[in-house]
Amino acid sequence: MMRRRRIGIGLAACTALWLAAAPHTAAAASEELDELMHLMAARQHGEVDFVEQHFLAVLKRPVESSGIMIYDAPKRLEKRTKEPRPETLVLEGDVLTMQRGSQTRVLDLKAYPTVLPLIESIRATLAGDSSALERVFTVEFAGGLPHWLLTLVPREAAVAHKISAVRIEGVRDDLVSVEILEANGDRSLITLRAHPIA
Amino acid sequence: MRARKIAILGGWLALTLVAAIVAMRARYLADLSAFLPARPTPAQRLLIDQLRYGPASRLILIGLEGGDATARVQASRGLAARLRRDARFASVDNGEDATADRDREFLFEHRYLLSASVTPEHFTVAGLRAALEDTIEDLASNEGLLIGALVPRDPTGETLRIVEQLSQTPAPRNQDGVWVSPSGARALLVAETQAAGSDTDAQEQALDAIRSAFAAAAAQAGPAGRALELRMSGPGVFSVDSRARIERAVVRLSLAASALIVVVLLAVYRSFAALAIGLLPVATGALAGVAAVALGFGVVHGITLGFGITLIGESVDYSIYFLIQSRPAPAPPGGAAEPRDPPWPTMSLGMLTSVCGFASLLPSGFPGLAQLGTYSICGLVAALAVTRYVLPQLLPRHLHIRDLTPLGLRLARGLAPVLRRPAPARWGVALALAGAALALLFLARGQLWNRELSSLSPISTAAARYDAELRADLGAPSALDLVVVPAASLEAALRGAESAAQVLAPLVVQHVIGGFDSPANYLPSEAAQALRRASLPESGVLRANLDRAAAGLALDVERLRPFLDDVEAARHSPLLGPDALRGSSLAQGFDALILHVDGRWDALLPLRAADPRAPDIDVARVRRAFAAASSDAQVLDTKRESDALYTQYLHQAIKLSLCGLTAIAALLALVLRSPLRAARVLAPLLLSVLTVAAALVLARRELTILHLVGMLLIVAVGSNYALFFHRRSHGGHGAQPLTLASLAVANLCTVIGFGLLCLSGVPVLEALGATVAPGTLLALVFAAALSAAQPPGPRAVAGA
Repeated sequence: MMRRRRIGIGLAACTALWLAAAPHTAAAASEELDELMHLMAARQHGEVDFVEQHFLAVLKRPVESSGIMIYDAPKRLEKRTKEPRPETLVLEGDVLTMQRGSQTRVLDLKAYPTVLPLIESIRATLAGDSSALERVFTVEFAGGLPHWLLTLVPREAAVAHKISAVRIEGVRDDLVSVEILEANGDRSLITLRAHPIA
Repeated sequence: MRARKIAILGGWLALTLVAAIVAMRARYLADLSAFLPARPTPAQRLLIDQLRYGPASRLILIGLEGGDATARVQASRGLAARLRRDARFASVDNGEDATADRDREFLFEHRYLLSASVTPEHFTVAGLRAALEDTIEDLASNEGLLIGALVPRDPTGETLRIVEQLSQTPAPRNQDGVWVSPSGARALLVAETQAAGSDTDAQEQALDAIRSAFAAAAAQAGPAGRALELRMSGPGVFSVDSRARIERAVVRLSLAASALIVVVLLAVYRSFAALAIGLLPVATGALAGVAAVALGFGVVHGITLGFGITLIGESVDYSIYFLIQSRPAPAPPGGAAEPRDPPWPTMSLGMLTSVCGFASLLPSGFPGLAQLGTYSICGLVAALAVTRYVLPQLLPRHLHIRDLTPLGLRLARGLAPVLRRPAPARWGVALALAGAALALLFLARGQLWNRELSSLSPISTAAARYDAELRADLGAPSALDLVVVPAASLEAALRGAESAAQVLAPLVVQHVIGGFDSPANYLPSEAAQALRRASLPESGVLRANLDRAAAGLALDVERLRPFLDDVEAARHSPLLGPDALRGSSLAQGFDALILHVDGRWDALLPLRAADPRAPDIDVARVRRAFAAASSDAQVLDTKRESDALYTQYLHQAIKLSLCGLTAIAALLALVLRSPLRAARVLAPLLLSVLTVAAALVLARRELTILHLVGMLLIVAVGSNYALFFHRRSHGGHGAQPLTLASLAVANLCTVIGFGLLCLSGVPVLEALGATVAPGTLLALVFAAALSAAQPPGPRAVAGA
C-alpha cells in the first residue's frame, strides 16, 4: 500500500525531472516556440548540476538537495542526488528505477495513468509534436528565445488535483529552472547550472 | 449336510451384507492426507497443518491468456471485482489498489500503537531530535513534496516506519494497473480462499466460482474477450484435480478390469454359471477389504480403492485354481469321472505368503500403504475363505466348464525345450541374469531412488510446470521457509512473533535472510501496544521536549500542533484487537499469518531470501539463532521437511519390505520344512524383482516408494505360482497340465488388473502397475523355467 504511495511520490519527482531536462515546449501559434523546439531537439546529450529546494508549509526555511542530471536523447534521463543523502532516479523508456541506500525499486510507468499523460506529452514535445502537448496541458509561452518561460497547467483533473502548474525557465536551449507548484501550496524549485566540463 | 450348507451360505450372506453396509457408509477421502503421516512428530505436525490449512494451501494462482492485452486487463479487473464480492474468497489481488485508501487510513490512525519505534526514548529530546532530522532528510529527497503533507501530524515518521515493516516482496510487473507476466502475455491474479486448502469440496466450489466469474468478465471484455483463456494452479486446484482423476481412474479401471477379466474367464470356462461363481470371491473380498479399512481407519482414501483394483486381479486366482483344478479328471475308459480335491494346502500357503507381504505394510506411517495392507489382507483372506467354503456349496452338480488340459499341454510343450536343458545350465542363466541386474542397479545406486515427496504427487508434470511458471511470474515461492511460533492463545502467539522478530532482525542485517513478515506487524500483541501507549508522554512534557528538539532545525514547530493533539489522543485510545483490522486488506495479511487449529494458535513468520535469484535460505543458521535465543519457535523449511518426510517413508518402507520378505522366507522354510526348498521357491521371485528393477532403471525411471511396494507384491503374488511349481515337482499327482493352465489364466488376470493401472493417469498407481504387471509375468515364467524337469518332463506330460 504504502509502497505504492512511495512510488507515487517518486513519480511526482520524476515528472519534475522530465520537465527539467526536456525543455521542448510549444506555445500555440508561436514561431519562437517552434524555433526553440527545433533547437532543443537537436541536442543529443546534456549534463548539468542541479540544486533542488523544497518550500513546504511545515518548514521555516527550504530544505535543499543537490547533484547532477544527465539526459540522453531521446528517452533516458537520470537524476543523481549527492547531498544530503545519495539517491538515484533513472527513467528509461517507460521504466523508472529508483535507488536509495540498498533499496531499488523498478516500476512501469504505464501503471500510473495520472502521470502517464504528463510524460507522454513531454515525449511528444521531444519529437516536436506540440499538438500532443496541447492535448494535455494549457501551454503559456512568455518572453523570447533569449530568455523564456513556459507555464504548463494540466488539463486532466486527476493530475491537476496534485500539481497545479509546472513553470520552466530557460535561456535559448539551456534550462535555468523548473518549478513544480503543488495544489496545496508547497512547491519545489530545481535550479540548473552548466556542468563544468572535465 | 443340508444344515451345514444353509449355515455357511447364511453366514456368508450376512457377513457380506454387513460389509456392504459398512462400505456404503464409509467416508471417502481424496486429499493429500493419504500421503501424510498418521502419527506425526511435532515438526511434521507443523508441516501438515501448513499443507492442510496454511496460507499457502489456500492460494489459487490465476493466469488469463489469449485475446489481446486490453481484453486481458479488462477481464482481470472484472474477474477481481466479482470475486471480491464473493464471501468464499478472503482476498483477491490483481495489482489494483482496491483497499489502499482504507489501509492507509488505518495505519495512519493507529500509528502510535503499530509502530515498533514507539518507545519512551523515542519521545525524549534526543529521540525526537533524531527522528526530526531524519524527516527533514526525507523532505529533501525526491519524495519530499508528498511527505510534506504528512509531517504536521507525523513529524517522527511513524507512518513510513510502519509501511517499511509491512513492505512485501517486489510486486509483479504492472500493466495498465493490473499484474502481468514479465512478457506481458498473461494477466495474473491471486485469490485466497476462506476455506482451508484441504477442504476439497470448498476448493472445488471456489474454482467453479472463479470459472463463472471469468466467463462473465470475459464476455464484457470486448470482442477479444472470447479468445481469453482461464488457467489456474495452486494446491486447491491440484487436490480438486487429483480427486477427480483418482475417482475417474478408480471407476473406469474397476469397470475395465472387471470387463476384461469377465471376458477372459468366459473364454476359459465357456460357462456363465462358472463365471458367476468365480467372481463371488472377488466381490466378497473387495467388500471385506473396504469394510475393514473403513472400520480400522475411520476413512477410506480414494487412492486405496485405486490400489485395491489390483486385488481383483489377484483374488480371482483362487476361484480359477478352484474351478479349473477341481474339474473332474478325464474319465478312464469304462469308469466314471471323479471330482478331484483342489490343492487347498498350496493355495492357503500362497495366500499366507501374500498376507505376510501385505502385513509388512501395516505398520507403515504412510496411511495410503497401511490401508493398502489392510485392504489386501482382509480381501485375500475373505476371497480364499469364500472359495474354500462357499463355492463348493454353490457348485452345481453338473458344472460344465471347458477342459483346459489341451491348453496346459500346449504350455507344457512350450516349456519343454527350456526344461530339457540341465538344471545347472538353467540356474546358471538365472544367476547371470540376476548378476547383470544387480550390477546395473549398483551402477545406478546414486540416482536409484527419487527422494522427493513430489514423486508421490498425483499432479502431472505439465500441471507442475505451469504452476512453476505462474509462481515465477508472481514472484511467489513454491515452498516457504517459515518460522512458526506455537502458542496457547492469540496474544501469546503475537508476543512470540515479536520475540522471534528480535531474533530475525540481526539476520536481516547480516544478509542471512532478506526480510520476514510477521502477524505482529499487522496487529501487535496487546502487551506491545500497551507498552507503546504508555511510552507516549503527556502533552506538556511532549511539547517541551519537542521545542528543545526542534531548536535550530528547519521545521516550524508551530505547525506541529496536530502532532501534539494526535499523541494526546493516542494516549487514551483503546488497544486494537483483530476486529479492528476488518474491512482493510490488513485483515487478510494478518489472517494468513495466524493459524488457529485445534485450540492452538501458531504465528507464522515467512522468511524472504536475501537474494531473490538464489532463493535458498541458510535455514541451519536461522535455527542456530533461535536455539541461541532459547526460543521455542520452530524454523520450518517446508520443501526439505516434506522431502525428509518422504525419505523417512522410503527408509521405513525398505525396512518393512525386507521384514516382509524375511517373513515370507521364514514361512516357506517352516511349511516346506527346508530352507533349501524355500530358497528354490523364492529364487524365481527375487530374480523377477531384480529384472523389473533393472528394467525400470534402464527406462530411466526413478524408483519411488510405490515401485518398492510393487516389488513386494511381485513376491507376494508370485509366491503362489512358485509354490504350485514346487508342489508339482515334489509329488504332484497328475494334474500338471491343468495346474499350468490355471496358473496361466490366473496370471493373465493379474497382469490385466495391474496393467490397467498404467493407464490410470495417476502417477502413484502407474508406478505400481508398471512394476507388478511385468513382475508377476516374469515370476511365472522364471518359476516355470526353474522348476525341476522331472517328473512332469515332456514325455510324462505327453503321456498323461
